[in-house]
Amino acid sequence: MAIITEIPTEEYILKCTSACAGCGDSLTLRYVLKAAGPDSVLVMPAGCTAAFQGIYPKTAYAVPVVNIAFGAAAACASGISSLFQATGRKTRVIVYAGDGGTLDIGLQAMSGAFERRTDFLYICYDNEAYGNTGMQRSGATPLGARTTTTPVGKTEMKKDIDAIIAAHNPPYQATASASYPQDLFRKVKKALTFHGPTFIHVLSPCPPGWRYSSENTVEVGRLAVKSGMWALWEREYGKLAISAPTKTAMKKPVPLEDYLSLQGRFKGIDEKTVELLKEQIAENFHSLATREEAL
Amino acid sequence: MKKIVTGNKAVAEAVRVAKPDIVAAYPITPQTEIVETIADYVANGQLASQYIAVESEHSAMAACIGAGIAGGRTFTATSSQGLLYMHEMTNWAAGARLPIVMANVNRSLAPGWNLWAEHTDALQERDTGWLQVYVSTVQEAYDTILMAFRIAEHNDVLLPLMVNLDGFTLSHIMQPLDTVEPGDFIPPIHLPETIDPKNPRGYGTIAGPADYFRFRWEIERSMRDAVRVIEETQAVFSQRFGRSYGLTEEYRCSDADVVVIALGTLGKEAEVAVDILREEGINAGSLRLRWFRPFPELDLAGKDVVVIDRDYSFGFGGVLAHSIRSKNMVNVFSVIAGLGGQEVTYDDIAGFIRNRRIGEEYWFGVNGHV
Amino acid sequence: MTAARLLAMAALHDGNYATACPFYGAERRGAPVVSYVRIDSHPIRIYSQIRNPDLIVVLDQSVMQSVDVLHGLKTGGKILINSTHKKDFFGYVTSYVDLTGIALRENLVVAGNPILNTPVIGALAGTGIVSADSAKSAIRSMFSDERNIRAAEAAYHEVRV
Repeated sequence: MAIITEIPTEEYILKCTSACAGCGDSLTLRYVLKAAGPDSVLVMPAGCTAAFQGIYPKTAYAVPVVNIAFGAAAACASGISSLFQATGRKTRVIVYAGDGGTLDIGLQAMSGAFERRTDFLYICYDNEAYGNTGMQRSGATPLGARTTTTPVGKTEMKKDIDAIIAAHNPPYQATASASYPQDLFRKVKKALTFHGPTFIHVLSPCPPGWRYSSENTVEVGRLAVKSGMWALWEREYGKLAISAPTKTAMKKPVPLEDYLSLQGRFKGIDEKTVELLKEQIAENFHSLATREEAL
Repeated sequence: MKKIVTGNKAVAEAVRVAKPDIVAAYPITPQTEIVETIADYVANGQLASQYIAVESEHSAMAACIGAGIAGGRTFTATSSQGLLYMHEMTNWAAGARLPIVMANVNRSLAPGWNLWAEHTDALQERDTGWLQVYVSTVQEAYDTILMAFRIAEHNDVLLPLMVNLDGFTLSHIMQPLDTVEPGDFIPPIHLPETIDPKNPRGYGTIAGPADYFRFRWEIERSMRDAVRVIEETQAVFSQRFGRSYGLTEEYRCSDADVVVIALGTLGKEAEVAVDILREEGINAGSLRLRWFRPFPELDLAGKDVVVIDRDYSFGFGGVLAHSIRSKNMVNVFSVIAGLGGQEVTYDDIAGFIRNRRIGEEYWFGVNGHV
Repeated sequence: MTAARLLAMAALHDGNYATACPFYGAERRGAPVVSYVRIDSHPIRIYSQIRNPDLIVVLDQSVMQSVDVLHGLKTGGKILINSTHKKDFFGYVTSYVDLTGIALRENLVVAGNPILNTPVIGALAGTGIVSADSAKSAIRSMFSDERNIRAAEAAYHEVRV
């Protein structure tokens, strides 16, 4: 099956959502929907994307969107997917959930849905905090980042949701970034060719939350990848393929400080923490390199 | 076709002929036989449903909601802790106007772990917009599940419906069951505005202060219309299958000086107490409340009212007693009995009636009167 | 539980009403298990436990050492006991039948244990609680192996007061 690398011009997010200027999430969703096309239904738990969807009687998304309670997205999607399967409908079911609704409150339902081999695509847009409620820490908040509930910087490492998903042996999982739209587009298209549970984890920079000027979203996202704080890769039946921007970063990473210094949430971060982050990046690169070689 | 089956089995049998598209459920004592039997029917081809073995009750209801929005007929079952865990989503189901049918096997709440019959679990759901009915025999469990799908899916209702049966006391005992071929008694499901990519909609999107209250009114309006739909459905059931059910089941009430009101099996056993009292010259009657939501109009004029609550609302009183007090503006003798499966016999019930003290509350088994 | 269900089914076949229920004590292997059956010619509206039975069936005599099996039995009430020889319990009418022996004779054994559930229904028919024909219909509706019927028939003929 040919994967289209030209991104269609059709827009599925209509004008005038109430998203913040420079919202990484809305940028992500834009490409996700272009890749998924109109024969899709989004399952959207509480989160930023549900918040800027619009107010009754209007909706800003040109696909059916089932809004659902915070921790229930994957279970709701499971029900829809089963019904479609029972009635022979081909409409794709896509959960579009934030890091809160995925790593924390939504983890149980997601794990259950993956264990049951639900036929759906689960996309986690990760702005590394509970954005919709004002940027409280989530399991996805990186070490050292300030949030309203970690005012002097988070003292725990970011929860590795990709490893948790990998433990469920999905046919396909990937990481992506709104700053690399073609890569994101291709991965969504790819995921939708599989039957069974698939997962894409997308870094979605957040101007008010990460405290940077809203026009820098794409740049911040690029620096995350170039510094190694965010790695782009995909795994098909467990076989790892590292994406080009990360391959470049592995050879010659950009100093982590370049990424951190752009964001107010890392202001005042101490050297020891920065070192820990750098160690983790190095470990991650090593692990990626080893796994890709081994296959 | 007559057989001897448990209350749980009767529920599963009825679900089998109602043919839901999706059953999403999680096991919990004393409901487990329902989900096991349904899983069995699906596995051996007797029921062409998709059975989703979800990982929690919260997810069970979420899955039913998803499937419902996609236009499917759905069923689930639970008890006690499971129902409590589901509570966020039971509210969602009613707000989303989905005709999900659920069997709830009434069981008390932990701590301590007590597996036996109590109605507090379901009664804590009374504000959600779910219709609620309480059955007292295996046959009634079967018949009511069949009627539940028809009522819930009716265009004037479109609300979820909970069928309650007493844990162990009804779920696990065997009584005769006459099964039926429903034919078109349960018409094919046809929900408005289901998922359609050609007509994309937002489901459950933000509703502001100028609009939200209208949705809540719509639920209440349908709840009121449901009374008529329930009565019509019960009438059609009676014509087709020969068994009649009302909003209540009255036994020797018409000339009674005192009536005893209860939900579930206690309401059935109360009839035996009534017969005993009649022999003593006391004109007693039993009014077993079947439908709790919508709460029926009761005619209690000129009668002493004894209410047995197999539940409690702390800091307030028995839920049934106070519902009747406020709805009928009548004073009652409120008996709190049967909590956690506490044994209550027809002799005990006769005692409650003989020794009634109108206007007071009496906790059966607690020393002295409260 | 199976015996209770079979008895209830037989009563149904006789044109009566019946309820069968387990007693929810410990469900461990080896723990005493009690089931109840109510039979009436009118619909049964009682759910509370039986306090004054008309008949008690004892499948395992050893239980009587640790449990007051006869508690509540009506004066002049009946006992049916699985026993090789006559037993007397003062104030009650006792029938006995060697259900274990019958089960072993008919090779009605599963995992080394003699099956008593089906022969006991035959014995109960012998005491007149249900008809022999209904007992057989009930057994056949649940079990296809005819050894169950043979054992029940043997118990029917061998039960003694």
